[in-house]
Amino acid sequence: MQRFDAIDAAQVKGDLPDFRPGDTVKVHVKVIEGTRSRIQVFQGVVIRRHGGGIGETFTVRKVSFGVGVERTFPLHTPIIDKVEIVTRGDVRRAKLYYLRDLRGKAAKIKERREPSAR
Amino acid sequence: MTPTATKTVKGLLGEKLGMTQAWDAENRLVPITVIQAGPCVVTQVRDAETDGYAAVQLAYGAIDPRKVTKPMTGHFDKAGVTPRRHLVELRTSDAAGYSLGQEVTVETFEAGQTIDVSGTTKGKGFAGVMKRHGFSGVSSSHGAHRNHRKPGSIGGCSTPGRVFKGMRMAGRMGGVRQTTQNLTIHAVDADRGLILVKGAVPGPRGAVVLVRTAAKGADA
Repeated sequence: MQRFDAIDAAQVKGDLPDFRPGDTVKVHVKVIEGTRSRIQVFQGVVIRRHGGGIGETFTVRKVSFGVGVERTFPLHTPIIDKVEIVTRGDVRRAKLYYLRDLRGKAAKIKERREPSAR
Repeated sequence: MTPTATKTVKGLLGEKLGMTQAWDAENRLVPITVIQAGPCVVTQVRDAETDGYAAVQLAYGAIDPRKVTKPMTGHFDKAGVTPRRHLVELRTSDAAGYSLGQEVTVETFEAGQTIDVSGTTKGKGFAGVMKRHGFSGVSSSHGAHRNHRKPGSIGGCSTPGRVFKGMRMAGRMGGVRQTTQNLTIHAVDADRGLILVKGAVPGPRGAVVLVRTAAKGADA
């Protein structure tokens, strides 16, 4: 993907925080209804980051009314207003697909303690 | 005359650099092919009087002058340009508007325009009928015996007693010239000489492609 850095540069978002799988994030999504647009917040655990360059995506999972909801966003999509990190998670994998089989307390991710974890 | 002679056709030779993606004004993701197009030079202008039709010949790409044959060197000298690697002729009604040695750049095109892109497709080698012609193959189970990707029957028996000409079979696939029609230009980068085309174009990265105004459609 390095070949098109110059073309992609215009699209790349510089203001994204450095979040990782296991982190709990609030994704502020711009929703356009007819003529007016508003911000919708999607809060959940990042279960994967996939790809690289302009095509990188991340997936956020939350449990809504007992139903697991996963939403995959292109990292640099203009519909994301901002990404807020709520908590840092301490996980041992890059892809947290095992969370899909877990419910309630078992699906809870331990919080990372900044100085000791690194 | 043929319909092409009555139309105003603009064209440019270039190199396919590869694909990436971008978002448009409505935040939709658009697949983008990046083409390094031009600069091309005009090496010949044909008119109805001397050649019987109106056309313009464009040249593109650097080449070691020692590799160019003497007749071609003379041809480039006539236009007053250094030798180029690739030549293409475009039949266009406004050929008289071009002058010898004139440089043609990506500014010929603008964003939103529809174009056709021609190039040589990637060679696939000797390919079977499923890949080459989209045959369905044979069942993967139900007693199928080592014939999963075979074509099946290719004709009758003693009538007609032969296989019809043009029967689609396995063979060399790809490596042929192909034109993808009605692609939209997403953006033109005049500084770097790039055309960003929405969608895919034939050929591998680094292949020479011809970008020209769309043959079909209302505009042009």
